[in-house]
Amino acid sequence: MTDTLSVERLSVHYDTREGVLRALREVSLAVPAGQIVGVVGESGCGKSTLINALLQLLPENARIADGAIRLNGEDLVGASSRRLRDLRGREISVVFQDPMTSLNPVLSIGRQMRDIQYRDPVSRAEKNRRSAAMLARVGIPDPVAKLDVYAHELSGGMRQRVAIAMAALMKPKVLIADEPTTALDATLEVQIIELLQDLQREIGCSILFISHHLGVIAELCHRVVVMYAGEAVEEGPVEEVFLRPAHPYTARLIECDPGRLKQKVAQLPSIAGSLPDLTNPPTGCIFRARCDHATAACAQKPPRVELDNGHWAACHHAREVQI
Amino acid sequence: MLQYTLQRIALALGIVFVAISILYTVMITLPGDPTTVLLGPRATPELRAAFRANLGLDNPVHVQIAQFWGRIASGDLGTDYNRNRPVAEAVFSALPHTMALVFGAIVWSAVLGIMLGAFSADNRNSWIDRVTAVLSVGFLAAPSFVVALYSLLLFSVTLRWFPTIGAGEPGDILNRLYHLALPSFAIGLAWVGYVARIVRAAMLETLGENYIRTARAFGLPRRTVIYNYALRVAILPAVQVLGVGIGGLLSSAVFAEIVFSRPGIGSLIYDSVSGRNYPVVMGSMLVAIGFFVTCALIADLVNAALDPRHRTRS
Repeated sequence: MTDTLSVERLSVHYDTREGVLRALREVSLAVPAGQIVGVVGESGCGKSTLINALLQLLPENARIADGAIRLNGEDLVGASSRRLRDLRGREISVVFQDPMTSLNPVLSIGRQMRDIQYRDPVSRAEKNRRSAAMLARVGIPDPVAKLDVYAHELSGGMRQRVAIAMAALMKPKVLIADEPTTALDATLEVQIIELLQDLQREIGCSILFISHHLGVIAELCHRVVVMYAGEAVEEGPVEEVFLRPAHPYTARLIECDPGRLKQKVAQLPSIAGSLPDLTNPPTGCIFRARCDHATAACAQKPPRVELDNGHWAACHHAREVQI
Repeated sequence: MLQYTLQRIALALGIVFVAISILYTVMITLPGDPTTVLLGPRATPELRAAFRANLGLDNPVHVQIAQFWGRIASGDLGTDYNRNRPVAEAVFSALPHTMALVFGAIVWSAVLGIMLGAFSADNRNSWIDRVTAVLSVGFLAAPSFVVALYSLLLFSVTLRWFPTIGAGEPGDILNRLYHLALPSFAIGLAWVGYVARIVRAAMLETLGENYIRTARAFGLPRRTVIYNYALRVAILPAVQVLGVGIGGLLSSAVFAEIVFSRPGIGSLIYDSVSGRNYPVVMGSMLVAIGFFVTCALIADLVNAALDPRHRTRS
């Protein structure tokens, strides 16, 4: 099985006033062709940095310290900006989290969709026809009329459908979805997920689906990567990881999922402690300070423990945790 | 959009009414009155009183203001009693010159300012950005009458590139533009810097917006992203400021018209205030304020046209 997108030991640093913030440290993950891979982790775990790094749209104070990002085997780190612009939108595309702010407020939907097709030497009418067809595909009623509409005239769900239509318009090989359902209510969430699944099958693309919602990941994804404080701590097939987690952080995260609660509780479960300071990350295991399983061994950097079915966890005690 | 437009027009009329009423009060509280200028220092008090009664100046202020608005409502701007001609004639022969001056200044300074601002934001901390920043503040700090005087001395007197006085030959467009060049340069200069600063700041803010990241993520060409997606949003505050800034330009125009001896509302107001020629003062003030309010109104409407969010919010 070939990987459409693979990230190899990627480290991203931000230069801040307090020093160098190590937002991503040796993150590796793979998105096989035609699969949906979820990335899950709490706020501040480096999900957004990962997306910006994949698109090579990091802010000015960020730099890729080490590692590679391969799209169909081609390393994006160090690729020319011309080449990157070539790939963006066509080979790799993205649906951002907040549809309120990710669409241009002063340009019509049709104009924005035509602009995305700027590389194609076809007439304006043909571009509009394709745009309307894609809008119809994502379930927008009266798509031709919607081309003249501005983002603020649409509801949140419609806006996110438009954003998905824009991302899918050029039939990319990899679609990154950055918490595309977070800003939406639960019924819309289901519709958007089904839509992404359908599109994935039709276009045959791979999807990297970023979320902090475990239920959504379980529903949609084939594989999942668990991130904590800038590191990938566990990766594997969704059922494997969620049913038999091998990293203590993943296990705690699943325990803390409010969706699992069967009855009313006075206080939602949480993981004691807080995220480590990434300008000065602790040596050894990054989760050690908050971990119930921590032993003296955890002062050393944990190895990547390979388990069954392409499932691995970065923990000294992975096999014990899994039982 | 229609409701928005009507609201703005109503507000504009209210502003004109209040401003003119206040200005009338200010004008008649100035020391001296038309009688001192017209009748000279040796006129008898009786003659003065008769003259004042004849002009309606012996009434209380609020009555005078009411009478003024009554005349305006019937379409009469009054009579210029120094030269015995209708005020309307004096004002409307002066207005085109001032409009040409103000619009000339706005157009060149806005175009250059927007270009410099967008370029500075796009090339932040480059040497052009730094030079623009220093020049902007410098231009802003230079009063327009000083710029007018020095540009007159340099370009007209020393270098002899431009004419020194007047508005040019009637009917000869090129000659008119030639006469317009220096005055509009002088009063527009400060605006170049101002507009450049506003556009640069708005542009930097806009470039940080999510929809700009979206445009980049779809691989749109850099030029499209900067000059189409970002600049369209970033010029909105500048358009608003320019509309209101017409007021500032009108007062600069007073100096420029005096320095360059151009006919116009500015020199008309100056002459009529010095001569305590009340009807002409009020007539030209009314037109100047009306002009200013109209420009601010147009700026609002242009903004609404450029920003679709504005229209439905109204």
